[in-house]
Amino acid sequence: MSHDINHHILSVLVQNRPGVLARVAGLFARRGFNIFSLAVAPAEDEGFSRITIVVDVESTSLEQIVKQLFKLIEVVKISELDPRRSVERELLLATVRTTGDQRAQIVELTNIFEGKILAVGVEAITVSLDGHPEKLDDFEELLAGYGIVELQRTGRVALPKLDREARLRAVSSKSNQGKAG
Amino acid sequence: MKITGAQALIRSLEMEHVETIFGLPGGCILPAYDPLLDSSIRHILVRHEQGAGHMAEGYAHVTGRPGVALVTSGPAATNMVTPLMDAYMDSIPMVCITGQVPTAAIGTDAFQECDTVGITRSCTKHNELVMSAQDIPMAVRQAFHIATTGRPGPTLIDIPKDCLTNTMDWYWPTDEEVIESLPGYRPNTKGHPRMIKEAAKLIMASERPILYVGGGVLKARAAEAVRELAELTNIHVVTTLMARGAFPDDHPLCLGMPGMHGNATAITVMQKSDLLINLGARFDDRITGKVSAFAPEAKIIHVDIDPAEQGKVRKPDVPIVGDAKQVIEEIIKAIKEMLGTGVVQADTGAWRSRISGWREQFPLSYEPSEPGEALKPQFCLEQLRDLSPEGTILVSGVGQHQMWSSQYWKFNEPYTWVNSGGLGTMGFSVPAAIGAKVGRPDRTVWAIDGDGCFQMTAQELVTAAVERIPIKVAILNNSYLGMVRQWQEMFYDERYSEVYLSPEVPNFVMWAEAMGCVGIRVDSPEEVQPAIDKANSIDDRPVVIDFRVDAREKVFPMVPAGFGNDDMLLPEWQEANRGGLK
Repeated sequence: MSHDINHHILSVLVQNRPGVLARVAGLFARRGFNIFSLAVAPAEDEGFSRITIVVDVESTSLEQIVKQLFKLIEVVKISELDPRRSVERELLLATVRTTGDQRAQIVELTNIFEGKILAVGVEAITVSLDGHPEKLDDFEELLAGYGIVELQRTGRVALPKLDREARLRAVSSKSNQGKAG
Repeated sequence: MKITGAQALIRSLEMEHVETIFGLPGGCILPAYDPLLDSSIRHILVRHEQGAGHMAEGYAHVTGRPGVALVTSGPAATNMVTPLMDAYMDSIPMVCITGQVPTAAIGTDAFQECDTVGITRSCTKHNELVMSAQDIPMAVRQAFHIATTGRPGPTLIDIPKDCLTNTMDWYWPTDEEVIESLPGYRPNTKGHPRMIKEAAKLIMASERPILYVGGGVLKARAAEAVRELAELTNIHVVTTLMARGAFPDDHPLCLGMPGMHGNATAITVMQKSDLLINLGARFDDRITGKVSAFAPEAKIIHVDIDPAEQGKVRKPDVPIVGDAKQVIEEIIKAIKEMLGTGVVQADTGAWRSRISGWREQFPLSYEPSEPGEALKPQFCLEQLRDLSPEGTILVSGVGQHQMWSSQYWKFNEPYTWVNSGGLGTMGFSVPAAIGAKVGRPDRTVWAIDGDGCFQMTAQELVTAAVERIPIKVAILNNSYLGMVRQWQEMFYDERYSEVYLSPEVPNFVMWAEAMGCVGIRVDSPEEVQPAIDKANSIDDRPVVIDFRVDAREKVFPMVPAGFGNDDMLLPEWQEANRGGLK
C-alpha cells in the first residue's frame, strides 16, 4: 500500500507564508492531481517550511506535477525522493478495543514493533508507533484484528539518504562552521 | 517620512509608472481614493468592476504595460474574478488591487467581506493579503514584477482598510530586495545553447517545416525576430488566435489562423508538416483538435518561457525554455552559422508548392447575399477592414463574430488584435476596447461584438461616453447566441434550445443614444459603407452600429469538438474538392 509503484515522494521547500499550503493543495485539486499523503512543518531555515507530498501519478505525469508546483511563487525547491535512496518515517496513533485477555496481546504486539503504550482504559488501549510506513502498514493490519476504534497516521516525511561520501561531507562542513564560530 | 498606507499605495503605483487606473470605489478601498485626487494618475470610473478588469486587460494587450484595476472588497472582488481568469488564461500582465475589511474584522463575516485571496488563488499568477501598512510598497513591487516577467499574468493585492489608514515609514524597495524576497521565482529567459543548436539542425533538415506562432511571441515582443527567421528560412507561418498580427497577414509566407475555425490551408499544413516550430504557443485543444490525430508526422520544437507547457499536451523533440525573442534570435544565429559553414537547407520546394495549391483551392469564402437578401456578417467585416484607417485596433467578444473577425481582418501589425482567447469571455469586447483606446488614443479602435455579448457589458459605454473615450462598436446582430445556434444546427438536429434573443428588444440604437453614444442601424448592404464612414468620422463620442445580419450564416471551416483536424468541415462548395487537401 505504501509502496505502490504509482506513488512518488516530493519534498517541497516553500516560503513559510500564510496560505502556502492552500496554494499547494489547491493546485493539486485544480489540475486533477492526486495526493496520497501530505505532511508539513517548518524547515531548518527560518522562514521556510518543508512539505512532504506522496503523489499518485497514475493519471498525471510526475513531470507535470513538479513543473506546475514549481510555478507557485512560494515554492523554492522541489526534490523527488526515490524511496530506495531516502529515509522515510511516519507516526501512527491507534486506539484499539480490548477486553482483559486481549490487552496483553496488544501490549506484546506493540512491544515487538517497538511502539509505545500511550493510554490504557477499561475497554480500550491507545498505542503509538513511528517508523517506516511499511512497518506501520504491518502493525495496522495486525491491530485491525482486535478492532480499531480510531486511527490516525501523519503521512510520511522523508529526506534523501546520505551516501557515505555525503555523510563525511556533512560532518566536515559542520566542523568548519564550528571553527568559524 | 510618515505617510498613510493609502498614500504609500498611490505613491507606489506612481513609482511603477502607472498612468491609468480603471476602478470603482467602495467602503474598504475608500482611503485609497483620497490621495488619488492629488495624484497624476488618471482614474477611469467604470460602471461595473468586471469592466475595470477587462479595460485593464485591453490596455495591457495594446501597450505591453500592466493594466491596473482598483476596486473595493466583497462583491467588487468577486466581480473581478472573470477578468482575472481571463488575463490568467491569456497571460496578460495586470495588477488588481482590492480593498479588504480591517484586519481585526477578517474572518468574522463582516459587511462586504470575502476571502479574496482564497477566491482568486487559482485565477492569478500570484496574490497577497497585505497585513501591515509598512508592507504595501514591497507588495506593489512584487505584484508588478511577477505580473510582467516570465510568463506574464494577473496579480492581486488585497489590502485591509486599516492598512490603508495606518501610517508607515515610506521606503521603496530596490530591485535586489524584490528579487531576494521571492527566492522561489527565477524565470528563465535564456534558452539552452545545446537545444538551440538542435533546433537549428532540425530546421535545416526539414522538408515540410511550419512556424507555429502563438501569443508568447507578442508577449516577448518577438514579432521582428519571427519575421527574420521566416524570411531567412523561407518557412510559412501560421498565427494562432492569440498571435494574430504577430506576423503580417499580407506577407507571402503568412497562412493565417489554424485551429477549430482556422482556414483549411493553415489547418492542413500543421497536419502534413514534418516539423512544427512552436514559438510561444501551447498546443491548445482548439488548435490540435483530437491530440492523438494532431500533426502525426511532425517533430516538435517547442519554445516557451513556461517550463510547464513543455510536454503538457505534446511531447517536444526539442524543448527550449526561454524568452521567445532571445531564443529566436539565438536560433537565427545558429542557422546563420550553419549556413556559413556550408550546410545547405533541405529542399522545401515541393512543400511550398503544395501549400500554394491549397491556398488557391481553399480560400476563406462565404456566399455573398443577393440584392434584397439579409446582410452577411463577413461582408460587414470586409467593409470595416477596407474602410478603417491603417493601424486600426480590433477588439472582439466571443463567438461567431470573433472567428469571422480573426478570419476576415488583415492584421499587418502586432498589437492590433485584442480578444479573449483562452477563457472565451462573452462581454469582453466593449470594456477591453475602452482599455485599448486609453492605451492607444492615437488609434481607431473598433469593438466587434455579437448581440449576445454586447448585452453583457454594454453599460461600460456610459464610462466611455463620460470619460470621452471614443471607441466604435460594430454589433453583428443576428438575434441569436450565434455560435451556440451553429452547434445546435449542426450537432443537435436543428433543435434550437434557448439561443433566440429578441430581434426588437433591446433597441440598440436607442440604448446607444441613451448611453451618450451615436447609434446607427444597418439593415442592407448598401447602408454598410455610409454607416462605417460616418462612424469613422466621429471622434468625440463612442459610436454603435447595429448591423442586422443573417442568422443562418455559419463559421467555416470547422473542426468539430473531439474530432481530428483531418475531419474539418469545409463550406459546401469546397467539399467536392476535399481530395485536394492531400
